[in-house]
This record gives sequence, structure tokens and C-alpha cells, in this order.
Amino acid sequence: MTPQTQAARPRRAAWPKSRPALYLLLIVVGLVFVGPLYWLAASSLKPSVDIYRYPPVWIPFQLRWANFSDAWTAAPLGRFFVNSLLVSVVATAAELVFATLCAYAFAFLRFPAKRVLFLVLLGAMMVPGNVTLLPNYLTISDLGWVNTYQGLIVPGLGSVFGTFLLRQHMLTLPDAILDAARVDGASHLRTLVRIVLPVSRPMVVTVGIVTLVTKWNDFIWPLIVTNSNNMRTVPVGLLLLKSQEGYNNWGAILAGAVLAVVPVLVVFFFAQRHLVAGLTQGATKG
Amino acid sequence: MASLDAATARGIGGTAATRPTGSTARPGGGSGAPGRRRRRYREYLLFLAFIAPNFLLVLVFAYWPVIYNGYLSLTDWNMLAPTKDLVGLANYRDLFTDADFLATLRQTAVFVVGVVGGSMVLGLATAVLLNQRLIGRRFVRTMAFAPHVLSGAAVGTLWLFIFDPNYGLIRPLLAPLGLTSPAWMTSSRWALPGLIIVYLWKSTGFIAIVYLAGLQNLPRDLYESAALDGAGPWRLFRKITLPLLSPVTFFLFLTTIIGAFQAFDVIALMTGGGPGISTTTLSWFIYQRAFVASDAGHAAAAAMIMFVLLVAMTALQARFLERRVHYR
Repeated sequence: MTPQTQAARPRRAAWPKSRPALYLLLIVVGLVFVGPLYWLAASSLKPSVDIYRYPPVWIPFQLRWANFSDAWTAAPLGRFFVNSLLVSVVATAAELVFATLCAYAFAFLRFPAKRVLFLVLLGAMMVPGNVTLLPNYLTISDLGWVNTYQGLIVPGLGSVFGTFLLRQHMLTLPDAILDAARVDGASHLRTLVRIVLPVSRPMVVTVGIVTLVTKWNDFIWPLIVTNSNNMRTVPVGLLLLKSQEGYNNWGAILAGAVLAVVPVLVVFFFAQRHLVAGLTQGATKG
Repeated sequence: MASLDAATARGIGGTAATRPTGSTARPGGGSGAPGRRRRRYREYLLFLAFIAPNFLLVLVFAYWPVIYNGYLSLTDWNMLAPTKDLVGLANYRDLFTDADFLATLRQTAVFVVGVVGGSMVLGLATAVLLNQRLIGRRFVRTMAFAPHVLSGAAVGTLWLFIFDPNYGLIRPLLAPLGLTSPAWMTSSRWALPGLIIVYLWKSTGFIAIVYLAGLQNLPRDLYESAALDGAGPWRLFRKITLPLLSPVTFFLFLTTIIGAFQAFDVIALMTGGGPGISTTTLSWFIYQRAFVASDAGHAAAAAMIMFVLLVAMTALQARFLERRVHYR
């Protein structure tokens, strides 16, 4: 609670003076964030005469859906879309499996230098992506994986923060559940799949969604590791579309941006709780 | 995996009451030392097997690159020649006497300070606003957070259109104020401020949400007693809210700095480091040297400089945090 609400509480019924001002502020803030997104959606549907008009056309009455088919074919955005989908889904699935196994081991299995190993894992968070760029490119190049799906996927599979979140969550599980599994003589892998995973579902979903969105949006690595149109992803495709179409076909370029944004927005609106929780985790639990 | 599974089915220790008797299980014996030891080694092996994929990936693609990058920064290599020539610290010396690199560092500083300072202040202000009981605040909260999860490339594309001086959204917004839009992304004076604005738009919502969670966790009774003592809202905010939020502030400070240093996709879409080099930040410089100029040595040296800067800032941050913990 902020001081303002506190001070205002006793006379809230009397509609304090500051209310209208606060609502005005709220509207301004809302417009700042909604406005550009509305502008993107609206402009992506305008025929080019309306895009290049001043004063602007605030509400597009005449819709031109062909902007999307232009984008879909101009740079082969359709292909980019499939690549993005494939790479993010496969990479997220693999990363989740590895992270879950790793988190389970750190949470429940005995090992002499476990704490040290965990700190080593966490230490990787200190390594900024820009520093790993060139060496990772050389590693992938040595493996002959430039411009391949492996090349796009594998270097990003290591999970540090996700593993950390999953482990922290697993440590909070009641011992009784695990003891029951032990009494039944269940193996660790079975305990993980049958007991730990189901009760950790919210956290697994959170980590999964954050990972999925991050991979979908990834830009610099796909830019570097791919060199032909059939391997590009959507964000890199936008750069291509821009340089190809120049500023003469904003309709198609903006339609491309919409295609990059819509899947994430859909995930965001359906799983907002998970996404926000996952991305803000470090602050509240740190 | 199947064989591992079978091995651990027997290896899992603990209460042996209902366990089937296998080769390692000793019926009726709680004191089977060799069996227990074997079981423990099985568990160690299983531990290693479970962490191996993730751990190896982190070693190969996060730790090894730092070492390799450190080595590359001491070489002169065009990324094609079969051999790399060791040149010692020459690359670093070159960088610190290179006017372009020094300009890059200055621009990076302006960009980072602008983005971090701006988004922290705006984010906290937004959080305080969203903490009021206002109709529609949930909707605004959602919409403020949305830009944070969107592709930077798409956001860059959108804002490039908005900043277009002729038919961008910025023109009708400035017109009522009697201002004409500058050339923004094609002007070496306005491109960097423009990029800062875009990053503010993208990251303020995230900061607001984290601050909002912090505000909602603050102990209410403290305010009630302070308000009874006659403290005004601004005083309460400065003397109670801000200090209590300091852990959140430190966390946000660190993540935002790291994020700002690494900013790349929006820059790539909007300016490509230009016009001239006016929006070249450290991360764009590294990319440009490595993958456009094929100059591995200088790219690696610049990357090391960024690494050291970020590690130093994190360490500084940790010191601050430690002090705060002692206080409590």
C-alpha cells in the first residue's frame, strides 16, 4: 500500500480531489502502451495510400489483408514462421527435459561436491550473451552446424535460471510425497515423472512459457548462425524484409511485425500469470 | 535410460520394508555396509547422469566461450586463415586509442544511463499509480507489461515506422505542440535518444510490475503509525517506501543494466549502428567487428571489456546487497 491510498482511505467515500487527476494519468499511461500496438495492428491493414497519408488515418475503414500475403511471400515469411515455430518448440522441450533432470538431481540426489557444482551452474548467469557469440559461432562452425537446425537450437539449450527455479520449487515439496515413493520402491526416474513433475506443474509451465517466448524472440544468434532464406527465423526475417522492401512497402513490413508479435501476445494473454511470475521471479524470491 | 532406471530401482535407499529382494538388497540386514556403499555410488552416478546434459551444455556454450574469447582477444585473426597470430595485448591497446571505440563506449554509457535511469524512475512512478484503487488498472498493468515480452525486432520495426518524420505517428503528436519531428533515425543527433525512448517503452512495464509486487508486500501497519505521527504522503514515500523497496531496486538495477548493455535487436532494425557510428553501442560494435569486418581479435577484446564491466557491476551490486542484509 502506498502512502497515498493510506492517506486517502478514511475519506475514500467522499471521492478525494486527486481521483480525476489519477484517472487522467492512468489513461495517459494506458495510451502510451496501447497506442503503438494499436498503430501497428491498424497500419498493417491499411492500403498504402492510407499509410503514407498526413494527417494520418486513425481508424482504417478500408482494410487491405493483402499486406499479409505480401509479407508471407516477399521474404518467404511463411518459411520463417515454420522455422521459428519448429526451433522454439523443439528447443523448449529439450531444454525443459534437461533442466528438470538437472533440478531433480540437485534437489534430491546425494553427491559429494553438490553445492559447489550448483554454484558453478549459477555462475554461468554472469556470462553475457554477447561474450559467447563469437566463440560459439566458431564451435558450431567446427561442428559443421552453421545454417542448420542443430546450429540454431543446441547452443541455447543450457538452462541456468530455469534449473534454479525448478530446483527451488522441488525443495519445497513435502518429504512425505517422496518418502511414499521410496517405500514403494520407485526408481528416481519414476519418482520424477510420476510424482515430482505432476506436483511441480505450475513451475514447469512457468519455466516452459518463459523459455518458449525467449526462443521465439531470439534475434542475434539466428542472425549469425543462418545464412540462407530457408533457415531464417521470423525476427531475422523482419530485418530482411525491411532491407528488401525498403520504406516503400510499409504495409508488408508491418504485417511481418504483426506475425512476429501475435503468437507471443496470444501466449501472453492466455498465460499471463505464468509469464509474469517467471520473468519477475528473481525479484521477489531473490 | 531404461537400464539406468532398473539400476536405480534397486539403488534407491531408505526404508527397506517392502522392497523386493534383488541382488543388492540384503533381506533383514540394516547393516549391509558394502551394499549401502554400492547404493551410494549408484546414486552418485545417477546424479552425474541427470545433470550431464544441462551441465555439459553450460560448460561448452557459456564457460568455454569466455576462455576461448579471452584467447582470441590476444590474437590477430581474420576468421579464415588457418593460424591465429598471438599479438599480446595489442588489440586492447588499439581499442583504447581508437576514436571509434571510445565513441562507442561514450554512446554505450549514454544509452545505458538513459535506459536504466529513465525506466527505473518511470517504472516506479507507474507502479505507484497502478497501486491506487483505480478502475481499469489491471488492464493498464497488462498492457504495460506486454512490450517487454514482444520481439525486439518487431518492436524496432514498429518504432521505425512511428519515428518516420513524414508519415509516422510522432508527427501528428508533435504538431499540436508546434513542433516538427526531427529526422530521428536518420539523424546522428536524434537516433540515440530515439533508441532510448524505444527501450524505455519496452522495459518500463516490467520494472513497474516488479515494483508493484514490492509495494504490495510492504507492511501496512508501518504506514498507519507513521501517518498518525503526521507524516505526509511524500515524506512517507521517501522515508519508508523507498528504503523498504531497496532490495527490489537493486535487483532491477542489475537486470536492467545487463539488459541495456546487451541491447541489440532494436538497434539492428532501427539504425544498424548508424547514421555513421552514432548509435553503435558496445554490443553492436562486437557484432560488427566479428561478423561484418571478420576481425576476431578486436571483437573478442571488446567482448572481454564488456564482460569485465558487467562482472564488476555485479560484484559492486553484491557488496551493496550484503550491506543491506547486515542492516536487517
